[in-house]
Amino acid sequence: MDWLTQFPQMDANQLRDIKKTIDEAFRGFTRAYGSDIETLFEPLRVFMVQAERFMTGTPWIIILALIMGVAWLGSRSVKVVLATGATMLLIGYLGMWEDTMKTVSMIFVCTVISIVIGIPLGIAMARWNRMQSIVNPILDVMQTMPSFVYLIPVVMLLGIGKVPGLIAVVIYAMPPVIRLTNLGIRLVDKEMLEAADAFGSSDWQKLKNVQLPLALPTIMAGINQTIMMALAMVVIASMIGVQGLGQPVLRAISNQYFTLGVFNGFAIVGIAIIFDRVSQSFGKRLQKHSEVVHG
Amino acid sequence: MADPIGIEVRNLYKIFGPQAAQLMDAVRNGMTKAELNEKHHHVLGLNDINISMPAGQIQVIMGLSGSGKSTLIRHINRLIDPTAGEVLVGGENVVTMSRDALRDFRRHKTAMVFQKFALLPNRTVLENTCYGLEVQGIPQAKRIAAAMHWLERVGLKGFEKKYPNQLSGGMQQRVGLARALANDAPILLMDEAFSALDPLIRVDMQTILLDLQKEIRKTIVFITHDLDEALRLGDSIAILRDGEIIQQGSSQDIVLRPADPYIESFVREVNRGRVIRADAAMEPATGPLPEVAVEGDCTLEDAGRLMVQSGITRLAVRETATGRTTGTLSMERILAAITQRSPGQP
Ligand SMILES: Nc1ncnc2c1ncn2[C@@H]1O[C@H](COP(=O)(O)OP(=O)(O)OP(=O)(O)O)[C@@H](O)[C@H]1O
Ligand SMILES: [Mg+2]
Repeated sequence: MDWLTQFPQMDANQLRDIKKTIDEAFRGFTRAYGSDIETLFEPLRVFMVQAERFMTGTPWIIILALIMGVAWLGSRSVKVVLATGATMLLIGYLGMWEDTMKTVSMIFVCTVISIVIGIPLGIAMARWNRMQSIVNPILDVMQTMPSFVYLIPVVMLLGIGKVPGLIAVVIYAMPPVIRLTNLGIRLVDKEMLEAADAFGSSDWQKLKNVQLPLALPTIMAGINQTIMMALAMVVIASMIGVQGLGQPVLRAISNQYFTLGVFNGFAIVGIAIIFDRVSQSFGKRLQKHSEVVHG
Repeated sequence: MADPIGIEVRNLYKIFGPQAAQLMDAVRNGMTKAELNEKHHHVLGLNDINISMPAGQIQVIMGLSGSGKSTLIRHINRLIDPTAGEVLVGGENVVTMSRDALRDFRRHKTAMVFQKFALLPNRTVLENTCYGLEVQGIPQAKRIAAAMHWLERVGLKGFEKKYPNQLSGGMQQRVGLARALANDAPILLMDEAFSALDPLIRVDMQTILLDLQKEIRKTIVFITHDLDEALRLGDSIAILRDGEIIQQGSSQDIVLRPADPYIESFVREVNRGRVIRADAAMEPATGPLPEVAVEGDCTLEDAGRLMVQSGITRLAVRETATGRTTGTLSMERILAAITQRSPGQP
């Protein structure tokens, strides 16, 4: 009656062998193709380095003006712009300007990548049901798998550094853009599509003139979520070599520097709020004419 | 302006459901909508539809909700593919067109107006009106000129920069109409285009459409579930029930000779004085002719008003084309025609 009290598990040796075989195979793969894959991601590294160099190399006053300018373009609200300026000044005054710039450039690169990959993927999912049923479970895994687990193969392949960190952040942060692009396009009113068809639109014209514009507010909500999730990954990313606000937090944890942790934590919260308010009010402005009124 | 072209619908069937093609034989052999639904869980959308819509006229298709009106009109530009049958537009069979040919056909031969307007909320009135021309790839200056022209014709001058949600329903549908007209297609498809509007605006829109039609002479297919609207607009009317046409004819035919009790029950509520024409109610001319005369297509209401105004009780009726007197119309004949009930009606 052993199997009643003890879970009938696989033979321990066998199990160990399986794990060992897989690990070995992967290690072999890494040795064989690691450098090739690294070259594959080289453009990404260059992009990141350039973005970071721009943010940290440009005089702070220009960057500040730039950030406030973007805030204005997005929100058209003096209040939001002033709050943005004040937050950035405070962050700089407390000695976190450099790290903040690094984090912002990382978030920027991550968002660009998420948009470039995520929106076409979302469009494809909306178009083909088969695509949706394949991609959706993958997105579920991406979002629920603990980040450390997929960090292992990424680090094995690419080592410690900016690119693996970025990949980890993108894996975690990209799903909302994909999902909400898909959803937004699927929610477009059937009669709208019928009208586009009735006037003889090609598929591309339908996408460009009807589906994307009508889905845009939903897509913007996805981008907003992606930015927030990327910020949430800053500390984990810093564990594998991404510089920015995450590293001081990490240092604060291991050395029990309470204030350092709190300052950097609040800096992350500060830029999160700025990103959120600006992108949300941008989304709202997009939606201004979108409430369809009948009758 | 494009020359008007006619539409010919022949033996058109539509069955909704995955096994539509296999069920065609059963339907051809007389299976009804109810049986098909019960035994095979398929919906019989259209059952052996045959209509010939002459070029340059308004064809109204009428029927209650679920009778297949939208399904039928969507076969004309093939937004819905038929299960069997043909739709000939200007001699071309829409059903067998390739994808590209169909897209071209939709761009140049048809334009559509929708019940819920289907305007793009993120575009201004002007940009919405341009839509069809933009899809055709017409240069911007030209499409704006065309759009401005039609916006003015539907009474929306000065509203070009507004967004649809800043306009009332009636105005939004005028944009819908202008967008369709800007396409300069010979066929205009209107699926309950005025049904979402309140009654006064609706009558306004009917007037606009009738006025425009005098000039544009398009082949208009107009769907409605409202008999008054059908009688007012339709050069000819087809009545659908459960996917079948149960009567086709002019408004006179429908009101004077309803084909079955279903249509009769519709017709009962109609203001007959506004539909029945003098030549349908007149009697053969005998004896001396009255001095005052009306045209044959004058409605009984107008004829009666003329009698009251002139203080007479009898009129001569002239044939419009020849001017020849073809009969006389008395006050009693008018009253009899207006108050007449078919046998079996209370
Ligand atoms: N895609 C579809 N799948 C299954 N059944 C359908 C589909 N489209 C329409 N039908 C059915 O076909 C019949 C005719 O529908 P249709 O929309 O043409 O009616 P209608 O006369 O336009 O009604 P309404 O006045 O409500 O617009 C209805 O019984 C409807 O349920
Ligand atoms: Mg309908």
